[in-house]
Amino acid sequence: MESAAAGKDVNKMRISRAEYKYMSRFMEQLRPTRQCMKILKVQFPNLSPSTLLSIFSQEYQKRMKRSMARHHAPDVVKWYYQRYRSEAETRPTAPLLLELANEVDLSPALLARMIVECFVEEREASVPSRHVINNMLREPCFIPDPLLAKHVEQCTVNDCCYGPLVDCIKHAIGLEHEEILRDELRERNLSFLDENQLRAKGYDKTPDIILEVPIAVEDHIVHWIESKASFGDDHSHHTYLNEQFWSYCNRFGPGLVIYWYGFISELDCQRDRGILLNDRFPSDITTLCQRASRL
Amino acid sequence: MAALLESLLDNKVKLSEVLLWLKDRHACASQDFPVKVWKQEFVPFLLNFLRDQSSHTLTHGPTTPAKTPSTSRSVRTQCSSERRGNKSTPVQGLRNTSRIQLFSPVPSTSPMGERSEQETPFPGSNSFSGVSALSSPSFSSLLSPAARNTPNERRSAQRHSLGDFMTSPPDAQQHKGRRRSGGFGGSANGRHSGSRSALTEEGGRWDGGGGGGRRSRGVGRIETVSPPTQVQLNFNNLEDFPPMAAAQASPMTTKPSRRINPTLVSAERPSSKPMSCFTSTPVSLSASPPIVLESTTAKPNFGSPHSLQEERELLRRERSKLAQQTSSPLKTTPITCTPTKTVHRQGSKVTPDPQAPCPDPDKVTQTPELNLLAELYCTCISENLVPCVILELFFVLQLLTSRGVSVSEPTEEGVSMCERSADVLEKVYLGNVHNCVYFAVRVLEHQFELVSHLDKCTLRLLSENERVGSFSPALRDRLAQAQDNCTSNDLPTPPLFVHSVPFQPATDNRSNFSSDRAFHTFKKQRDVFYELLREWEDAHKEPGWNFEAAIGNRVRMMVSQLTAAGNHSHFARLFQKQLIQMCKGPCILGSSNETPDADLLGMLGADSLGRLKRLQQRLVQPQGLIGPCPPPSFPGHQEFFRDFLQTAGCCQLNQHLKDGLCQELLKLDEVSILGPDASPARGEETSDGDMEQQDEKQRFSSVLLMARLLAKFLGFICFLPYHTSEPPSRDIQDAAITLRSKSSPVLDVCAVLRSSMHRRRTILTVPWIVEFLSMLDYTGPFLPFYRTALCLLLYIYKRMVLGRGDELCYMNQLLLVAVLGWLFQIPVFPEDLFFSTDLEEEIKEMENNTGAQGLDTLPLVDQQLLYTCCPYLGEFRKLLAAFVAGSTAKSGGLIRKITPTSAEPRGPSITRSQQKLQVDLEQAFFHNQPPSLRRTVEFVAERIGSNCVKHIKATLVLELVQGGEKTLRDGLGLDGVNAAKLNDSICAQLCDAGMQALEKATRFCSEYAPGAVRALLPLETSPAVLSTAEIITTRLATEKACSWLSSNITMLLKREWKTAFERVMKSLPSFSNLNGKEGEGASKSQQVQRSAAELSAGSSCISDCTHKVPLGSEVMIEIKEVLCVAVGPRVDEEVFTVHQIEVLLDRVGQTLGCRKLLSPVVEQMLLRCTVQLACKLVSGELPLVSSDQGNKKSTLLDKFLLLWGRSPASPAPLHLLLSEPTLTATLSATDSERTDYLFLIKRLVEKGLLKEEEVGSHWSKLSLLSWPEESVEKFQQLSLATKYQVPSMSNQMDILQVSQ
Repeated sequence: MESAAAGKDVNKMRISRAEYKYMSRFMEQLRPTRQCMKILKVQFPNLSPSTLLSIFSQEYQKRMKRSMARHHAPDVVKWYYQRYRSEAETRPTAPLLLELANEVDLSPALLARMIVECFVEEREASVPSRHVINNMLREPCFIPDPLLAKHVEQCTVNDCCYGPLVDCIKHAIGLEHEEILRDELRERNLSFLDENQLRAKGYDKTPDIILEVPIAVEDHIVHWIESKASFGDDHSHHTYLNEQFWSYCNRFGPGLVIYWYGFISELDCQRDRGILLNDRFPSDITTLCQRASRL
Repeated sequence: MAALLESLLDNKVKLSEVLLWLKDRHACASQDFPVKVWKQEFVPFLLNFLRDQSSHTLTHGPTTPAKTPSTSRSVRTQCSSERRGNKSTPVQGLRNTSRIQLFSPVPSTSPMGERSEQETPFPGSNSFSGVSALSSPSFSSLLSPAARNTPNERRSAQRHSLGDFMTSPPDAQQHKGRRRSGGFGGSANGRHSGSRSALTEEGGRWDGGGGGGRRSRGVGRIETVSPPTQVQLNFNNLEDFPPMAAAQASPMTTKPSRRINPTLVSAERPSSKPMSCFTSTPVSLSASPPIVLESTTAKPNFGSPHSLQEERELLRRERSKLAQQTSSPLKTTPITCTPTKTVHRQGSKVTPDPQAPCPDPDKVTQTPELNLLAELYCTCISENLVPCVILELFFVLQLLTSRGVSVSEPTEEGVSMCERSADVLEKVYLGNVHNCVYFAVRVLEHQFELVSHLDKCTLRLLSENERVGSFSPALRDRLAQAQDNCTSNDLPTPPLFVHSVPFQPATDNRSNFSSDRAFHTFKKQRDVFYELLREWEDAHKEPGWNFEAAIGNRVRMMVSQLTAAGNHSHFARLFQKQLIQMCKGPCILGSSNETPDADLLGMLGADSLGRLKRLQQRLVQPQGLIGPCPPPSFPGHQEFFRDFLQTAGCCQLNQHLKDGLCQELLKLDEVSILGPDASPARGEETSDGDMEQQDEKQRFSSVLLMARLLAKFLGFICFLPYHTSEPPSRDIQDAAITLRSKSSPVLDVCAVLRSSMHRRRTILTVPWIVEFLSMLDYTGPFLPFYRTALCLLLYIYKRMVLGRGDELCYMNQLLLVAVLGWLFQIPVFPEDLFFSTDLEEEIKEMENNTGAQGLDTLPLVDQQLLYTCCPYLGEFRKLLAAFVAGSTAKSGGLIRKITPTSAEPRGPSITRSQQKLQVDLEQAFFHNQPPSLRRTVEFVAERIGSNCVKHIKATLVLELVQGGEKTLRDGLGLDGVNAAKLNDSICAQLCDAGMQALEKATRFCSEYAPGAVRALLPLETSPAVLSTAEIITTRLATEKACSWLSSNITMLLKREWKTAFERVMKSLPSFSNLNGKEGEGASKSQQVQRSAAELSAGSSCISDCTHKVPLGSEVMIEIKEVLCVAVGPRVDEEVFTVHQIEVLLDRVGQTLGCRKLLSPVVEQMLLRCTVQLACKLVSGELPLVSSDQGNKKSTLLDKFLLLWGRSPASPAPLHLLLSEPTLTATLSATDSERTDYLFLIKRLVEKGLLKEEEVGSHWSKLSLLSWPEESVEKFQQLSLATKYQVPSMSNQMDILQVSQ
């Protein structure tokens, strides 16, 4: 029994703000590697790995944004590159870029990008296009220097917050959850218009789902549903509110946001204003004319 | 006027004659009386007289303001405030205190209050909310009993007080009486005391100036009956002892002035008698010139523009001064209270209210006179001779509930003194509670019909009022009875959160905009608008929050973007729709209405209600009485929209809004509302008509409410440019009139009104026009155009005698009378207009013009609508409740506000019942659908519901009655049967059986509604929407039919049965057997089937795919883990078994096998990952545990081949296998790995996944690499061994050799 209860606990999705603050403080020193994920799983056994990864990723991204300017100062970039070059000569087999990234607390994938940019620029004597750089990061074998290619690959593969692979994973997660959402709706016979249909009709703002016939979730009317395959923290939620959720409300009335990886429970405070949060597809649904189910 | 009243009281003229004269339609002077009197003089005189009479007694509640000659108003206010003042500061200095008390609550009343107080000297001028109701406008009659000129008045007040100090109380009384009589000015001719004549001088001066005060709002003076006891005179107080002649010059002096000497008017008259003008202030003590006037009199010449204008001007100044005082508590004010009173009150009030003299019918004095006055007064009310019927009723209720005068000895003395007075007009008839209550009850008896149309709660409070009970048990009983006929009502609750205006592609998508930029700008603007709205909702009630300061700049920024993008029309539409959405009031579709108040009352009765009320009011009520004529305001969310427009100050936007509002208004005004079927067979149809009538009524009320809202905003926008904080000076106004009368008004109000009168649609048109005109600026009413409109309204009002309905329904009339009366009392309405005669001309043409049947003849207004439109009617209830609660005495009629923090439920979630939720869902459903859908559904539901009832009448009812007849005949055939008993029992049976009507109705509706609505909706409507619409239609239709049936079927059956029974009984002798079939005739309802669900989802999976595959993201994460280990850094323990990799590859395979969740990007990445994995594998970088891996590894490689070969459409990036790093790694790996590598390449080529040329071209790169020779050799050997020729190897060898 106990284990069952514990098992349930693992699915915990709503975190109080205080708890979240504690977590984010704990994460402050971590580096974005698979080791760090292991540490987190041990430290916060109640949270699912996906939730942990999402939280860590968001916190880490905030960290990177804060220090962006510092790392991107031209002289700093130059110093990183030179240091890499010189070390590449002395001990080429060591994971040089990873080490450097950890040392200066910069995302390995971002560092790799910087180094590749420098490298190409040096080689071609011109600023490379984004496209070229992206290709090189995605398939390091395109980097003319095999050693650098190896080091770059080490970075992009290991980084759990940045890099082409991680981006693709995030993208996939987003799409998958939208599809899961649509499945749930279809399963319940709830008719809806999705983003693409809405765009075709010329809507200026398009949530993932607009229900053709609204439902009530926990006694709140829901016209639209937005799927967010991430954890809803203060920062991201407020961004979403301003850029998306309020806009949806302003056009379509109240709606539901699903943060599949959970959210800070205090954020669910706009229910009466038309924004309801949930961490899964809601079970407590009232449909219009439930008598209709017999039909 | 005065003479007439005097003659009446002296029995020199017959009351009946006067009444006849009053009822006569023309305003002409009467020929039959000893004195020549004009109605328009007499009525205001009478009103002022009554107010003066009662001024001592009324000490509570807001004043009945008065644009009527009400003295009392101000007095009362004063008194009440004084009480409060006393309470808080038991010691002297109350004056100031009371002032503050009096006015400070006001701001809270109106949203704008605060601001206007601070910023505009005259509240209400700039901001509409302005004037607090308490200080409501006074009547400006030219003929107030006491002639008042402001300065004079003040003066006199002063004097008076001084006199009071010195004289004995009775004396004081008398003195007052005099003054009052002075009010009638001319009429009271000659009997003026010295003091009066002294005053005259000033009056004269005013006359000369041509100015006359007009209304003084809210400022009142206190008069107490009781003598001044201990008073400390403060000689330094300028208020009390103003410097001579300072009167009008210094603001201080003027302030107090409530009295404006009507002299002005007198100036106009030939005789220059001080006909008291309808200036506002009534009260009067004072100072009218002793000149004789009326009696001699010439016909008053009201219209002289010159003097009037000057007068007006003066008044305006007065007003603003008053307002200033009012608004700034700091100034010591001119309260006009006589020191005496103050003192007195102080004394008596400090102790907790021993007060409340119990009115006793036996103590009533002067009954005949009171009866006479009551009858006169009632006639004025009934004939709409008073400017505001509601106001008068309020006054009466105040009299009823007055507790003011404690029946202390001095009072008695005073009264007796007065009674002894020789002059009948000097007598105090309403000087004590007994008389007041008696008078009030008499009036209520006369006005019973009017009273009985008030809400249930008010009626109950009235009927349970002990005074009514003791003075007129009959009235009490009638009231109690009236309650039962009354449908309770309550104001609808506002929507719970911001319902946005739905985005409709038809009007809102890109094609409706001139450019992409405009489209996207508008997208942002919409969001900004709602953001502001939400912020306002959150913050505007917080103290110190200010619209301009908080969001003013953002509003303007957004609006300026509008201009840049040319999006005004879009925004105006959004604005208007949102306005309607949020402010139009009660929602229509929903059905459940709670009426807590009435229910409570029903449960508790007045007694417990008293206690409850006390509690509730302390907790909830924002403020106490605001009086029956509050100034126009923008309650609730309207405030936001008003402030928005004001702040935005954007002429383009305003213009677009004006256009939109006008269009919408005129459209609404044309709306057709169906009457009951006009078929002759009305008896048959009545009941059915009731039901349809309900729908039409609802429609009407929603149209009416919306039109009023829009009209108010249209008026606001139109007159916004002309709003001034103070009334303009005469000159400026003249200039403005000249200027403005040249341009045409935005809306031809007069034409709309005329046409409406012609077509008898005033019930719809007048209320919104009233709203529109209530927004007028100070000059507006003087523009010929608007003056005409106002005159038309006056005409309508005067003709709209309640209860004398030329087919007009009483409630319709009451609504019109109430809103019009209100309009005539608001600040901008010119005081002279009501009693002026010039409208006669205007109107002649209208007289014979009554067209066909119009809306006016339909019973469209119900109590709920009446109270929604005229929330101030609720003041009656508050007044009575306050009386019950006893708070009158304690707080001077004003209930203090205590804001509860947690008393009210926070969210809707708690209270919402499931049923409510369904209704909300329905509303929500329509929200994002095209409006036509809703119209269709409602229409169909209404028709089907109606048809259903008809059907049931034609079938079930008929069958039942026929069956009953048969039973009856059978029964009568038996011996010893009691026909009456049989009748009863059959009737009961029928009624029981009638209940199956509901079931049948349900079946009928679900059978026909879906098909009907389906046929009317576009074929393309999506199935879900269609079926929902069908279900809603069915529900609505069923609800309509069932609710009608459940309340009417019994009655219907009884009626039908009764006729059937009578028929049978008549035909008894010739007994014939009717063949009635009793039966169910149940028609089977067919369930409407709709195709269940749609389509299986997913597109191009393999045929029998169940979509239960690992998610791409999960698999990628797993591969990433493996790759991480492969590329390192890693620890030694991190190894994989071949099996693990195989499992992983299987999962990849599954994922790739189902297209449902797979996007191309993900697919590509997955494939790339597998290729990378293969590279790591063949180059030995992936740490595999080395247990008999030999064979197994090749099966592993086969799995890769399988993966890569499965979809030609999305090839794996196999070139990675041939890339430099891979080759390099492979070359440096072991033989077995190289073997694997070559094996893999070979298989790929065999399978056609790699082309030989491709391999070759990559191979050639080997040449560029510097390999150790042996490695190359080994590689070469291997490749030879595997029979796969490494192309151009020889070349490379050469190169290598060379390099060596």
